[in-house]
Amino acid sequence: MAFTSAVITFPGSNCDRDMAVALEKVSGTAPHRVWHGHSDLPQGLDFIAVPGGFSYGDYLRCGAIASRSPIMQAVVAAAERGVPVLGVCNGFQVLTESGLLPGALLRNAGLNFVCREVALEVANAQSLFTSAYEAGQVIRVPVAHHDGNYFADDATLDRIEGEGRVAFRYAEEVNGSARSIAGLLNDAGNVLGMMPHPERAIEATHGGTDGRGLFESAIRGLVGA
Amino acid sequence: MKIRVHVSLKPGVLDPQGRAIHHSLEGLGFAGVNDVRAGRLFELDVAETVTDEAIDDMCRKLLANMVIENYRIEKVAA
Repeated sequence: MAFTSAVITFPGSNCDRDMAVALEKVSGTAPHRVWHGHSDLPQGLDFIAVPGGFSYGDYLRCGAIASRSPIMQAVVAAAERGVPVLGVCNGFQVLTESGLLPGALLRNAGLNFVCREVALEVANAQSLFTSAYEAGQVIRVPVAHHDGNYFADDATLDRIEGEGRVAFRYAEEVNGSARSIAGLLNDAGNVLGMMPHPERAIEATHGGTDGRGLFESAIRGLVGA
Repeated sequence: MKIRVHVSLKPGVLDPQGRAIHHSLEGLGFAGVNDVRAGRLFELDVAETVTDEAIDDMCRKLLANMVIENYRIEKVAA
């Protein structure tokens, strides 16, 4: 069964092509490419990816303008119906700004743009996005961000940790994120936001293939095979 | 009608930019600065028909991120 996915592109997105290539390489089917100004998504989507970049030049706050764009109203509605949504890097910022995920992403605690491969611990290996990994497994995935310092109030942090909604934690100091949160699920488990870039770790020539498991998890979970 | 919206980080939210500005002030030799918090100022020119509720709504829906920021609306005399 074909895996029907979509990659959203905003003005200033720059990881949309990488995301589309990753989805096609792992699933065998090229995703739909959807422009921010559209107000409707293609029919029958199995998966929506909100990619990284600097949507709208990071004006106002990272992800803030994109999260109010016409297509995001459709993405939020789809997520609320249970369609899986993956937001990576700026995509994670868009998902928090849109209210699909709690908290916010602040300027990195060290103030520097961090662009390197980091170690991540798989904190929840039971989710739609992480079932191909083992709980506690350490994977290596690149990060490239200036505003990845996850913040939420203590009550929210306690709740999301208690509900097993932390998908990935940094296994080293990266950006000052609360409780080392690198990737976070919504309460229904169909939305994942993460700062690291799994789509940049798909083929050996990328320097590693540890990101592949995320796409394999989702594709296997959604369409089998 | 001129409106100023002041947006600032909530108390307790780490402000690395404010901290860097603080360090820079100290580097310039200014003593006695206890803390610096960076914020943002929006100046809006809106029609007289725009209600206070609408301006409040603009702040909550876009100008401020209520997870991390507070806002204050100031009406400026013409």
